[in-house]
Amino acid sequence: MTSHTILYLDDVSVVFDGFRALNNLSLFVDQGELRAIIGPNGAGKTTMMDVITGKTRPSAGTVKFRDTDLTLLDEAAIATMGIGRKFQKPTVFDALTVFENLELALKAPRGPLACLRWTLAGEARSRIEKTLEEIGLTARAQDRAAILSHGQRQWLEIGMLLMQDPELLLVDEPVAGMTDQETEHTAALLRRIAGTRSVVVVEHDLEFVRALDCKVTVLCEGSVLSEGTIDQVQNDPKVVEVYLGR
Amino acid sequence: MSATTATLPAQPRVTLRLVLWGAVLVLALIPLLNQLPETSALHVGDFIVSITGKWITYAILALAIDLAWGYTGILSLGHGAFFALGGYAMGMHLMRLIGPRGAYGHPTLPDFMVFLGYPELPWYWLGFDMFPYAFFMALFIPGLLALIVGYLAFRSRITGVYLSILTQALTYALMLAFFRNDMGFGGNNGFTDFKELLGMALTTPLARAVLFYASLVALVGSYWICTRISVSKLGRVLVAIRDAESRVRFLGYSTTQVKLFVFVISAVLAGLAGALYVPQVGIINPGEFSPGNSIEAVIWVAVGGRGTLVGAVVGAFSVNALKTWLTTAAPDLWLFALGGLFVAVTLFLPRGLVGLFSRKVEK
Repeated sequence: MTSHTILYLDDVSVVFDGFRALNNLSLFVDQGELRAIIGPNGAGKTTMMDVITGKTRPSAGTVKFRDTDLTLLDEAAIATMGIGRKFQKPTVFDALTVFENLELALKAPRGPLACLRWTLAGEARSRIEKTLEEIGLTARAQDRAAILSHGQRQWLEIGMLLMQDPELLLVDEPVAGMTDQETEHTAALLRRIAGTRSVVVVEHDLEFVRALDCKVTVLCEGSVLSEGTIDQVQNDPKVVEVYLGR
Repeated sequence: MSATTATLPAQPRVTLRLVLWGAVLVLALIPLLNQLPETSALHVGDFIVSITGKWITYAILALAIDLAWGYTGILSLGHGAFFALGGYAMGMHLMRLIGPRGAYGHPTLPDFMVFLGYPELPWYWLGFDMFPYAFFMALFIPGLLALIVGYLAFRSRITGVYLSILTQALTYALMLAFFRNDMGFGGNNGFTDFKELLGMALTTPLARAVLFYASLVALVGSYWICTRISVSKLGRVLVAIRDAESRVRFLGYSTTQVKLFVFVISAVLAGLAGALYVPQVGIINPGEFSPGNSIEAVIWVAVGGRGTLVGAVVGAFSVNALKTWLTTAAPDLWLFALGGLFVAVTLFLPRGLVGLFSRKVEK
């Protein structure tokens, strides 16, 4: 573990009723790194995200964010520490406007009384406006999230992650169901975000992963099968076997 | 549930405010018109004053339920318990004020205690002879109960239908407890035969008017509190919790804390409503805890339009007006009508009566 490692999973196992969803998984992510995680269905990608964000407790192993043991914290505490997660199914708040969605996500005191007294000051407003621009939704700011297109909802959710100012972003299948143009836009967005923060992307779409141009980790049956550039892993005989069969 | 809006555009909001103040003004005229000679065409009977005063307290209860259910998605089927506890606290004060005027003429013990052979006043009855203390307890006890039950339920992430069942069981358990004579709350007879409050004999027109205006002020105040919450960022957090609680948790909000906050405020408002209700109807007994009462109150909100504060108030008044009319015209039909109303609103008017208007407003 180097001093630049921001996320550290060592020998993590998760067992559901005898089924090993994660099997001695070890994974390190550096500060500012963009990392893609691929793998067949049931490889443990989503379970891994659940473990990092505190939704699932590991049966064994170490999960650390910098020097903090994540297995002792709940979702809200982990989110507050600087780990943001984008779910597979976009879950933005339909009844609220795009602007209000971002406002809720903005890093600010989270207690009920603080929310009651909250007023939108100039700095917060300009941060929201900057994010609106970054995700390309400035024109839709006052529209309710319910009427956004699928791609726009995904970007809004990424925007909500950015408002939390996280050091590590977990992004689950961001381009599922997107048009080619939306996919391209999303890859560019994620590449832009990485660098100032670490981004972990779970994705099926290999073309999209290629467009991300980053280190790729292949998961299979709950552990790491292969790691390297997209070309390296695509030519790895173990990966070929898993993906294409014998 | 996402069909309801948390924020209205500015123009309809101004119109709405005018309509609301108009309604408050009309209500405020009722006790005044009661003072006109009976020969006057504008005279309003005593019955109208007392029943409208009662409905105003129901409207406060409806607001409390709407804040928890319509905004936050906490469907409590036991809010009647908080209402009844507030009512009992006020009832205890009214009982203490009877003093030696009871049937048994005991200087401090209420009649039922003399009858049951209590040697002295139980400790939890002490202090209730003072109005400020009794009024404080009418708000504090429901709030404390909501804090305990809410903490246990929300921390264990009990939501949806399970929470509804839990709250329903809570009010049922309280009903059974209050039915017991040895609880010291008058058993199945509860409290009645009240004489005075704050130095006014309860049967006088002055006392009726004072209680009426106190209820009206409380309704306006409750509405103001609920509005403040709903237009703040907290209001948007509530709507977000209602629609996708786990997502809100991942944004770093402690949804347990937020829900607890709202649940306690809601219970305190329900207690306030109960405390204003009891002196106006002159009786409180364990029947107020019956689960049916809580469900009926939820139906008011559903009929009026959950997730809009106006809807809760409109629902409380309109369903109770219907009830008053129908229980005289065709008493056997009332429960069928109530059930039918709930089904009809759920199927055809998911946004309630208010939804009929606001759709026009939004265009």
